[in-house]
Amino acid sequence: MPVLQFREALREAMSEEMRRNPDVFLMGEEVAEYNGAYKVSEGMLKEFGPQRVVDTPISEAGFSGLGIGAAMVGMRPIIEFMTFSFSLVAFDQVVNNAPKMSYMSGGQFKVPVVFRGISGPGQQLAATHSWSVEALYTHVPGLKVVVPTTPAEAKGLLKTAIRDDDPVIFLENESMYGNKGEVPEGDFLLPFGVADVKREGRDCTIVAWGQGCITALAAAEQLEKEHGIRCEVIDPRTLRPLDLPAIVRSVKKTGYCVTVETGYPTCGIGAELAALVHEHCFDDLDNHVVRVASLDVPMPYSKPLLQQVVPSVQRVADAVKKAVYFKG
Amino acid sequence: MTTISTSTSTPKAEPTTTQLMDWYRQMSVIRQFEVKCAQSYQQQKIGGFCHLYVGQEAVAVGSIAATRPQDYVITAYRDHGHAIARGMEMTPLFAELYGKASGCSRGKGGSMHFFDAEKNFFGGHAIVGGHIPLAIGLGWAAKYRKEDRVTLCYFGDGAINQGSFHEALNLAGIHKLPCIFMVENNGYAMGTHLHRSSAVTDLKLRTGDAYGIPGKEVDGMDCIAMYQMMRDGIEYCRSGNGSLFLEVKTYRYRGHSMSDPQKYRTKEEVAKYQDHDPIGRLEKLLREKKLLDDGKVAAMNDEIHAAVEKAHEEADGAAFPTTEDIWKDVYAMPFGPYLAR
Ligand SMILES: Cc1ncc(C[n+]2csc(CCOP(=O)(O)OP(=O)(O)O)c2C)c(N)n1
Ligand SMILES: [Mg+2]
Repeated sequence: MPVLQFREALREAMSEEMRRNPDVFLMGEEVAEYNGAYKVSEGMLKEFGPQRVVDTPISEAGFSGLGIGAAMVGMRPIIEFMTFSFSLVAFDQVVNNAPKMSYMSGGQFKVPVVFRGISGPGQQLAATHSWSVEALYTHVPGLKVVVPTTPAEAKGLLKTAIRDDDPVIFLENESMYGNKGEVPEGDFLLPFGVADVKREGRDCTIVAWGQGCITALAAAEQLEKEHGIRCEVIDPRTLRPLDLPAIVRSVKKTGYCVTVETGYPTCGIGAELAALVHEHCFDDLDNHVVRVASLDVPMPYSKPLLQQVVPSVQRVADAVKKAVYFKG
Repeated sequence: MTTISTSTSTPKAEPTTTQLMDWYRQMSVIRQFEVKCAQSYQQQKIGGFCHLYVGQEAVAVGSIAATRPQDYVITAYRDHGHAIARGMEMTPLFAELYGKASGCSRGKGGSMHFFDAEKNFFGGHAIVGGHIPLAIGLGWAAKYRKEDRVTLCYFGDGAINQGSFHEALNLAGIHKLPCIFMVENNGYAMGTHLHRSSAVTDLKLRTGDAYGIPGKEVDGMDCIAMYQMMRDGIEYCRSGNGSLFLEVKTYRYRGHSMSDPQKYRTKEEVAKYQDHDPIGRLEKLLREKKLLDDGKVAAMNDEIHAAVEKAHEEADGAAFPTTEDIWKDVYAMPFGPYLAR
């Protein structure tokens, strides 16, 4: 199987879908002539031309609305946000127009648009540029929210997103763009709502996705090596729809659950997961769910502060130890 | 349409030689500061995004020279030059860039978020176009309280395509707010040339008829022209005429940020603008006036170099914020991290 970078897998998904369906196009800031701010769309202008790989002015509300309108008449736009921090300039389009059109029109209009780009704290980008938007968008009925962790998932889930008839929020992470992994060639699609067990274990379930999942896997490795604690890492891959049965199955087995996210704890995904796990696994739990999230403050610029604010391997490991009453 | 008094019939404000020397010095300080930033970035003392002002120095220096301390200044993320021109010391600026507690934003903001309340410097804003509505808030407050203050709002040519720009300018037009909006047109928004981002490239046309705000054009590579335009502009706003929009023609010599391969332009294009370098131009004039010669230029540059190095060293040696600082300033009236105590 070919080994691709995460960004190459995304590019392959988009290119394959564009070859397959002339109604698919890519639009966003610097996606064409600059080859993408993070080189995800490198070479796509050359292959598909300026009609289908389209640079925009810095007008997020305008071009995301364009994507929604075009989707209402059957096109399948891929709208790239340079980062999802900038999607907040287009918040009304993304949370009002995209997810509510089908419902408000009694099913007459569907909106098969994909909004994709970076989410999560980068390297000292400070408060406005460091949003983890998954909780904001997963909150909204009518949106689907996807967070791939591996290059194969990047490809398989993006292809599914493009073919999906609903608006999809597709969250990537800058630190993961260079990650490599085996990616199946050709028509490889991964279904929404199916979690992946990234690591098996019997002692504690960790639910984590994207950047947080990579941190969780490192913590799981460390915990096994240092203390013999075997964690089961469940990656939901899509936060809406959520594969609750997979999480419940795992927690019933381990009796403990830790959630990891780069977003905020207050009304975060971890809060929702904790509520669900408590509802569905109450009698199987030997402790309450323990959440790991960014500290509840705007992201600071200063490196030593940022390192404490964003979940670290150590913080996840400590959370697991706390959850399973480990006294080492 | 109202006109502002920059026609040839009214005498232009002639700067004194002291002013000219001061501007030359300020522009040189900014340039050397930015060169040091580039070095510190390479050494990973600076993180995140860092956008240098090299080439655009005359815009901030010439315009801020015409302000009074009570006037308000607000800008985008390419903010080092404006901060220095506004009189902020270099040490807290370097300290901010290095993420130190003594930084002008306590290490919380970084390069894109310089602030100084005492200097009426309202930031440093990183979301393109996001600060333009803030500028009309500043202008609104000044007008409401009948205070004699003008707000200077700077932004890039990329920002004029944001809804926030248009909404803010319309509001400023309705309420005749004492605000000067300056688009620092350096030709590019990241890698996108103005021709590809704006349906109309004569930017001074983008406000007048639409929002009742007169638009003017000024050579942003000429510190004196900047100053003269701004003197008249501030006078125009102070006299209750409402807002003003300036298309400032300028150019950035460096990449958009520190990681920009700059494939969208040629070296020749950059060199062409460097021929009209704002510092070089003023230096030529000052040499003609016999205020500068080789020796004086060298001495001044050495002196600035020493000041930059000193500020850098002070900042480099300063302390990082502490873990407790993480929780400070989230709220003005704190109640703890999340739950009410
Ligand atoms: C809302 C938003 N969209 C995109 C960006 C990413 N971005 C940062 S600077 C920039 C280009 C802005 O160019 P311009 O306004 O001309 O200012 P200049 O960099 O030339 O000073 C872009 C696209 C952002 N910071 N905010
Ligand atoms: Mg520009």
